[in-house]
Amino acid sequence: MEFLSQIMIMAVGAIFINNFVLAKFLGICPYLGVSKKLDSALGMGMAVTFVMTMASAFTWLIQSYLLIPFKIEYLQTIAFILTIASLVQFVEMVIQKNAPALYKSLGVFLPLITTNCAVLGVAILNLTADNGLPYNFGFSILNGFFSGVGFTVVLVLMAGIREKLEYAELPASMKGMPIALIIAGSMALAFLGFAGLKF
Amino acid sequence: MSAMKEFTKGFIKENPVFILVLGMCPTLAVTSSVKNALGMGLSATFVLLCSNIIVSLIKGIVPEKIRIPMFIVVIATFVTIIDMVMAAYMAPLHKSLGLFIPLIVVNCIILGRAEAFASKNNVFMSMMDGLGMGLGFTFALVILGTIRELIGSGKIYDFPILPQAYQDNPMLVAVLAPGAFITLGFILAIINLIKKEGK
Repeated sequence: MEFLSQIMIMAVGAIFINNFVLAKFLGICPYLGVSKKLDSALGMGMAVTFVMTMASAFTWLIQSYLLIPFKIEYLQTIAFILTIASLVQFVEMVIQKNAPALYKSLGVFLPLITTNCAVLGVAILNLTADNGLPYNFGFSILNGFFSGVGFTVVLVLMAGIREKLEYAELPASMKGMPIALIIAGSMALAFLGFAGLKF
Repeated sequence: MSAMKEFTKGFIKENPVFILVLGMCPTLAVTSSVKNALGMGLSATFVLLCSNIIVSLIKGIVPEKIRIPMFIVVIATFVTIIDMVMAAYMAPLHKSLGLFIPLIVVNCIILGRAEAFASKNNVFMSMMDGLGMGLGFTFALVILGTIRELIGSGKIYDFPILPQAYQDNPMLVAVLAPGAFITLGFILAIINLIKKEGK
């Protein structure tokens, strides 16, 4: 039970309280860029969640069995970005071969994920000493997964709002990016309320 | 003459933040004070300048197909350098920028300039472009940081501006996450308005 409650706390923390987009400012580019349509937002969210989970696993292994034993932790940034880039390439090839339907719906988003700072961000945060998480393989993977879910939730909410916004009458200078940012601000304000959650 | 044009375009005409809306994550995350904004902007400028020079030097010998990974490795190298230099000489700033120093690697402005400019132009032009774009980015961050710090704490660069009564009870939301989105949203709207008036 102890274990389950720990996972619950982590899930709520990663999805609502420390949401990657609205509280940590990671992954803003896709959040503003791919949130115009509901279905593409969902596709992007799924792809990012998948890659974040995989990246958490691989970077943990690389850090523990390669960088630390050889005392080359300062190469972390270079090693991780290469891992993520090749991982994205690999995932793209596997999905293309084995699940063409999924590839069609995710296809365009996959190459974009390499430069999504949420992926590199979660990889580095998992391995930072003072992030309040136990340092082990399972928790890193779970944290990657839940952070990805948090990203998806916010992305889909944003897409829903922006689809409705198409019909709103706005001053011409507010159209597009300015109003998107102000809505993001209002969402961040709402999510700030979750910070009061206590366990 | 055209070198001057490459240098100045980054400030207003093609400002990476205000006009191109690139590199949103660090823009929103570190502008809670002018000091952080300046630190982030100058580190990004250093990385942009160095990576533009190297990319422009190696453009002839890099095979077309693997150019993006090559560029990323070049950028990651310089990010590691600045990360270690800051940790050694500017520890408090390094701590407050935290995760966003390694995340300069995935800043789309830097990869974007390498791909769109430095891989097609000579070393001197790339240098000018890198410097101009970097300082334009810094300029945008400092503007955003000034507004947020002034509203959020009544100070600019830790120097008190507004009366003590306001400083005791400031509009704290401006330095929190929502303030970042909303301030940038209004700045972009004002720029749109000016652009339209100008036509």
